[in-house]
Amino acid sequence: MDSIEPKILQPEGAAPLEKADPAIYPPDEAVAAPAEIFEEPLVTTQEEERISIASNWTLVWWRFRKNVLAVVSTVILLFLAIVVLIPDFFATMDPEETNARLAFIPVQRIHWLDEGQLKPWVPSVVGKRDPVTLAMKWTTDETQKTYIRFFGTSWSYSVLGVFDSNIHLVSAAKADQADDDLAAQIFLLGTDRLGRDQWSRLAFATQISMTIGMISVIVSVVLGLLLGGISGYFGGWIDNIIQRLIELLQSLPTIPIWLALTAALPRTWSPEKVFFAITIILALRGWTTLGREVRGRFLSLREEDFVLAAELGGASQARIIVKHMIPTFTSHIIATSTLAIPVMIVTETSLSFLGLGMRPPAISWGVMLQEAQNIQTLALAPWLLFPGLIVIVAVLAFNLVGDGLRDAADPYSH
Amino acid sequence: MLRYILQRLILIPILLIIFSIMVFALVQAPPGDFLTSYIATLASTGSSLNQETIAMLEHQFGLDQPVHIQYLRWMQNLLRGDLGLSLEYQLPNAELIADRLGLTLILALFAFVFTWVMAIPIGIYSATHRNTILDYLVTVVNYTGVAIPNFMLALILMWFAYSQFGLSVTGLFSRDFEQAPWSIAKGIDLLKHIWLPMIVIGLAGTARLTRVMRANLLDELNKPYMVSGRARGLSEWQLVMKYPVRLAINPLVSTIGWYLPELFSGSLIVATVMNLQNIGPLLLRSLINQDMYLAGAILMIYCFLAIIGTLISDILLAWLDPRIRMEKA
Repeated sequence: MDSIEPKILQPEGAAPLEKADPAIYPPDEAVAAPAEIFEEPLVTTQEEERISIASNWTLVWWRFRKNVLAVVSTVILLFLAIVVLIPDFFATMDPEETNARLAFIPVQRIHWLDEGQLKPWVPSVVGKRDPVTLAMKWTTDETQKTYIRFFGTSWSYSVLGVFDSNIHLVSAAKADQADDDLAAQIFLLGTDRLGRDQWSRLAFATQISMTIGMISVIVSVVLGLLLGGISGYFGGWIDNIIQRLIELLQSLPTIPIWLALTAALPRTWSPEKVFFAITIILALRGWTTLGREVRGRFLSLREEDFVLAAELGGASQARIIVKHMIPTFTSHIIATSTLAIPVMIVTETSLSFLGLGMRPPAISWGVMLQEAQNIQTLALAPWLLFPGLIVIVAVLAFNLVGDGLRDAADPYSH
Repeated sequence: MLRYILQRLILIPILLIIFSIMVFALVQAPPGDFLTSYIATLASTGSSLNQETIAMLEHQFGLDQPVHIQYLRWMQNLLRGDLGLSLEYQLPNAELIADRLGLTLILALFAFVFTWVMAIPIGIYSATHRNTILDYLVTVVNYTGVAIPNFMLALILMWFAYSQFGLSVTGLFSRDFEQAPWSIAKGIDLLKHIWLPMIVIGLAGTARLTRVMRANLLDELNKPYMVSGRARGLSEWQLVMKYPVRLAINPLVSTIGWYLPELFSGSLIVATVMNLQNIGPLLLRSLINQDMYLAGAILMIYCFLAIIGTLISDILLAWLDPRIRMEKA
């Protein structure tokens, strides 16, 4: 005892505490956004009142908007959503149009200024035939300018089936004049092996890939809520069966089984049928994670006083579930499903890349990346990797938004 | 402990039976079979099989039997360790798979070790040096590591090596060793090639594990025992390594349950892109060619590996954490 006591009493003994590395022992670490929210109102009582009467969703939003990365990602996702809704607006030509003569045209980078004036142009492409292989070789020529215009008119398309429009985001300034003339066409992301315009294809691929991700997550959520809810609310033998089913599905080796499932889809099916089959296949396992979580919530909520109160008040079971229980974890479900979307997108991309998911003529990110499988081709035309970049950006954005939502939605997180 | 392991072991055959039914249904599902497409290919080249040969082949592969008999026969053979004949290669499936299975396991093992060797130190550094530039860098790398599909990473690296250095970084062996029998020289050659696929397959897992490690450690670093340890004059290094790190690693062990199976099957797509001779590309080919017994055998191996992966993690967890073995025994 004698040897310990002086140590504690001595000022030196306490020194490590004060000198503690602030990085190792950060002041009040995990406290981020919410603390700031609750610190601010101390200044005025008005502020304080604003918070105490704010709805749960308002609070979630206040916390979410403090997360800069998540907000930026939300903007990116909103932009992608617009592409999903009106890909024709972004396309510069028909994504299916093949022209073997125009294969492997390189990226035409947009220049905004022309001789000091705002007049966007892209360098024209010049083709030369290789004297040995007789293959066309395209290069961009900075001295020849193809002027481009924004919001010009071209072919007509339907916007969400409500009205027709013929305005396109970007097109060559001379687009209306000559159809076959190179000056009337621009290839913002180059062309592939068959001379198809990557930029336009990317717009339509975004539509398909994003929709597959979303729909399969929606199906997963419905299944997860339904089965997880039944499992947690009723318990007993049905709970047992559903839990064993979840365990079984989760112990399956996902990628090989998905491959086998998609390989079993008849080759003769139309792209629409394949599309729905793939969303269902992805959802078949996707629901299990959410199903488990929902069950856990139901199990703990069943014991809560407010559920008992509702029961005593004579509310029906359906009403208790829908009106009282589900709202308590809606935000959590939204966060979890946001995080599930990128998984679906990556899986669809991988399957299509292997030739077992979406198949041409359907266009998805994975289908586009099929063109990039050969490393020699890739060295010749690195722009074929561009769809992969969009996949990464989309997945990153979904992950950041999902993380942001999860942190913001959890009232006890910090 | 022993009882707990036994309980888990009893489950394995039950799971395998259920999986075998699912797998058989899957490989059986596509309309037509290998024989019909084989006959069609022959017909398109002008030659044809006579009815007797077709009947004989059908009989040899049991394609003339009803589905449930086919399944039972397949199951019977599987239990005897007979994986059947490949319809396409006309070779025993076991022979086709054996060599490639080893490579699948080696690759997964390397990726697994890589993940843990990288993730734990980086996670510790990141948590103890919170909000420093390196910590931010780690966070950025983690987010992108999770976001890049591994086949995409493989493509980018292959393209980079090819366009910058003219290197072809595909395959697991040099050309000289590809067909050679196993030897020390071949093993060294494998080590020279395996690092890139190892990183490609392991990166996403490393990123996720680093995040988990960092978060777990951050939770522990605020506990009162840290204060008391410091008050006793422990050095920071000792203090961090001795208590919180050990506690933070514990939950990491439970990730093995999903991570090992993911490594086994996750290498499938990368293997196809990078031309690695493991069972992945073989499965893909057999699925496309409707080589049903070969596909079935490989799928069963994947299922088995998945079960084993989960089993290893369960046993490790029970061994590390007495609460789990008490609860479940």
